[in-house]
Amino acid sequence: MTKKKRPVIERESVVVKFVGDSGDGMQFTGGLFSDSAAIAGNDLATFPDFPAEIRAPQNTIPGVSGFQVHMGSAKIYTTGDLCDVIVAMNPASLRANLKWAKVGATLLVDTDSFEEKSIEKAGYKSNPLEDDSLKRYNVVQAPITNLTKECLKHLGIDNKTAERSKNMFALGMLYYIFNRPLEPSFQYFEQKFKKDPRVVEINKVVLTAGYNYADTIEAIESVIQVKPAKMPAGRYRNITGNVATAWGLLAAAEKSGRALFLGSYPITPATEILMELARHKSLGAKVFQAEDEIAGICSAIGASYAGLMACTTTSGPGLSLKSEAIGLAVITELPLVIVDVQRGGPSTGLPTKSEQSDLLQALFGRNGECPVIVVAASSSDNCFYYAYMAAKLSMEHMTPCILLTDGYLGFGSALFRIPKMADMPPINPPVAKAYDPDYKPYARDPKTLVRKWAIPGTEGLRHRIGGLEKENITGVVSTDPMNHQLMVTLRAEKVAKVADYIPLQEVDGPKKGDLLVVSWGGTYGAVHSAVKKMHEEGKKISHAHFHYINPLPKNTEKILKSFKKILVCELNAGQFVYYLRMNFPLPNIYQFNKIQALPFMINELTDKFNELLEG
Amino acid sequence: MEYINTTIERTTVQLSKADFESDQMVKWCPGCGAHAILSALERVFPKLGYKKENFCLVSGIGCSSRFPYYVNTYGIHGIHGRAMAIATGVKVANPHLSVWVATGDGDSLAIGGNHFIHTIRRNVDINVILFNNEIYGLTKGQYSPTTPMNKVTKTSPQGTIEHPFNIGELVMGAQGTFFARVPDNDLTLMTEAMFESARHDGTSIIEILQNCIIFADKAHNHIINKEVRDENMCVVRDGQPMLFGKNKEKGLRLAGTELSVVEVGKNGITLDQILVHDRYNPDPWIHMMLAKLSPPHFPKIFGIIRSAMFPTYDDLMEDKIRLGQKESSIQKLDHLLNSGETWEIR
Repeated sequence: MTKKKRPVIERESVVVKFVGDSGDGMQFTGGLFSDSAAIAGNDLATFPDFPAEIRAPQNTIPGVSGFQVHMGSAKIYTTGDLCDVIVAMNPASLRANLKWAKVGATLLVDTDSFEEKSIEKAGYKSNPLEDDSLKRYNVVQAPITNLTKECLKHLGIDNKTAERSKNMFALGMLYYIFNRPLEPSFQYFEQKFKKDPRVVEINKVVLTAGYNYADTIEAIESVIQVKPAKMPAGRYRNITGNVATAWGLLAAAEKSGRALFLGSYPITPATEILMELARHKSLGAKVFQAEDEIAGICSAIGASYAGLMACTTTSGPGLSLKSEAIGLAVITELPLVIVDVQRGGPSTGLPTKSEQSDLLQALFGRNGECPVIVVAASSSDNCFYYAYMAAKLSMEHMTPCILLTDGYLGFGSALFRIPKMADMPPINPPVAKAYDPDYKPYARDPKTLVRKWAIPGTEGLRHRIGGLEKENITGVVSTDPMNHQLMVTLRAEKVAKVADYIPLQEVDGPKKGDLLVVSWGGTYGAVHSAVKKMHEEGKKISHAHFHYINPLPKNTEKILKSFKKILVCELNAGQFVYYLRMNFPLPNIYQFNKIQALPFMINELTDKFNELLEG
Repeated sequence: MEYINTTIERTTVQLSKADFESDQMVKWCPGCGAHAILSALERVFPKLGYKKENFCLVSGIGCSSRFPYYVNTYGIHGIHGRAMAIATGVKVANPHLSVWVATGDGDSLAIGGNHFIHTIRRNVDINVILFNNEIYGLTKGQYSPTTPMNKVTKTSPQGTIEHPFNIGELVMGAQGTFFARVPDNDLTLMTEAMFESARHDGTSIIEILQNCIIFADKAHNHIINKEVRDENMCVVRDGQPMLFGKNKEKGLRLAGTELSVVEVGKNGITLDQILVHDRYNPDPWIHMMLAKLSPPHFPKIFGIIRSAMFPTYDDLMEDKIRLGQKESSIQKLDHLLNSGETWEIR
């Protein structure tokens, strides 16, 4: 392959977004592009941006589907705020995504799709390629559809089939722009379409044609080089948050020696966890797709009573439906992992968009005094670790644990340094032994207040538990007032004592000072990047990102009291800040909230930080 | 596919009723039909021959649902309507347990209606004892999904305006594989139905016409009372003609697709013209017709109306897991973590 000598521009990080109609294969294209970045040694994070509808009308704004890749030669923390390159396969996708383009961004457009009808459907008054509305950008116009048809002519491919490959033409052009080899994609085609050599051939031809075309046109003035990132040595893979969550649960099941049971009901954006676990029968995972959210959690409670590592996965509306049953797991003191992949609410809300608005529901959304452990993951890859920890804490402390992730983490992907199972922390559930002479259903370990797990089938341990208040130690149904007070206290103390088994809260930056930025869950990447930017500008600012929400790490109060101002940043109306103020009524806790079902942008965060530092 | 039929480990010692009696005071009203049901179950458990640790009782909410506290086995008293879902979890988690659900007409047919039909549809191998007293007892006398039309209750002072469920019809509509109906005043028939339900692979529903002495007293008396039961009850037994009446002189005859009541010896009717019960028939249409019959024109049918053989959900789940273990190269989590596209960074 000959290549024109073009200047090479080196970049530390680049954000690329592929956008087109729902049927244009943007998810597939983006996936291949991110693989090429990973193979080139970049760190990366990806995010698919697709509509709630499966196939909205063609060439309309609701039908736009996108896939964003943020890759870099340094650690990547977010999927990127604004794009350096947008590949737009039709007018609607260009119009819907132009607001995410940096000034001067490269816009690669398929000019063949800019016909009168589709321009009108996109809501443009005139062709944006012909007026001066795109003058602030570097527009690369290419007749992608026709060139794709042209390059396949010699194979006798009909136009309709050819058109479906136009995404590979665009990808070939991008490979040229980023100086990526085609070979890994060829290998992927050979693997993926093993049964259909013709499809392999088509994809190879079109990808190569796109690459060569990019080499010939003048509009591409330079190629971009993103050097390999320096990352800790090890074996890596790309993983979405939902798959990482599923694998973390499987890992905990294997480590604890308790097979996994999942009782779940499909709900966006959590369904992928259910689908992923259903694939792993060979690891002994029993996956039950229930008739509704309630049956999902209740079957899990039954499985937990019977001695399995039980889980249920859902999103906000499903968590609401599960509330009563979570109470049953709390009063029966059974282990249970509840994964809530949060989305925009209330009610059905914004199913495919992300928000952090289930925190208070996770903490308090039940009848009675009903504390549970609450843990939150902060990146797509660490969903693995926090799912594992949620299961470990739940089993070892015999109480439900809610793991909060969100649509952004769940759908998004990041590079995952593959752990060895031998290095994962041990999990030792307190299983009662047959004929244990001291066994009583609610007898507790004095240090942890944890009761034993007596599993049906075990000789000499027959007992009954249930949703009615139980007498301490014996587990006999009791309405005695003092016993109720005691049991409520014991259950709360048991959860509070989990603080002895979680790490202390870390602070990024000085241990005391003027401003502490606080965040939790899926906003880590954005908030960390903003704090890093402030540090680079020489500003004195610190950051505490929380993964353990209930109980909070033991040093939380000490950290908060070491700063003049505390700013809690959340993608909700102020739920963690409310929780912190409730626990630590300090006068200097400020809040910054965004409720647009969109992630934080680095600039809006740094603006707020500066405002507080100056004010 | 190789078919797994999970077994339950048997006891090596002779168990008795006393092995299953709990030390808890039974708090049902004196004269409540539930006492007889408890007694029947405590007789059946030792007869089944399973180890006493291999029984697990599950319940929801209602008078019936206090049941697990009164039997000395493993047990979990759940939340309203969800016993079938909890029991599904127990059985799928450990198919080597004999899992029993105690529930009522409100618990399983109103708030738990969804779990009831779906558990039956899946044929999870659990045994369900459904106390049908046609009323909400624990909340003190509101109408239930089986309360007859026009009945005056605390929430229907002018009589109900709802059509009640026929439980057998609902079970068969949900593709149920086992359905029995028994009155709470016939210990022998109750015991027999419970024993057979345990032997049946799949979801077994036993509808017990149970008397709530406080809020719907004598609700079933027009059928099961001594004076009328010969005419209004027909107990069916597999392989035997469906006869009833004081001297078993009446019978059910199937002509075309219609059932009719005939008298043997009258109008040229002979015994071999009487319908013979086949509880194992996979096709449920006759079972469905039988379940729907009721006075005044027909007797109500009792006994084991249906026990057809179909694979159970829990056995199929074990099958799939074994198949997965046999065919997949991913046998440990380390295999999964390193499967597919991975690369080394040094």
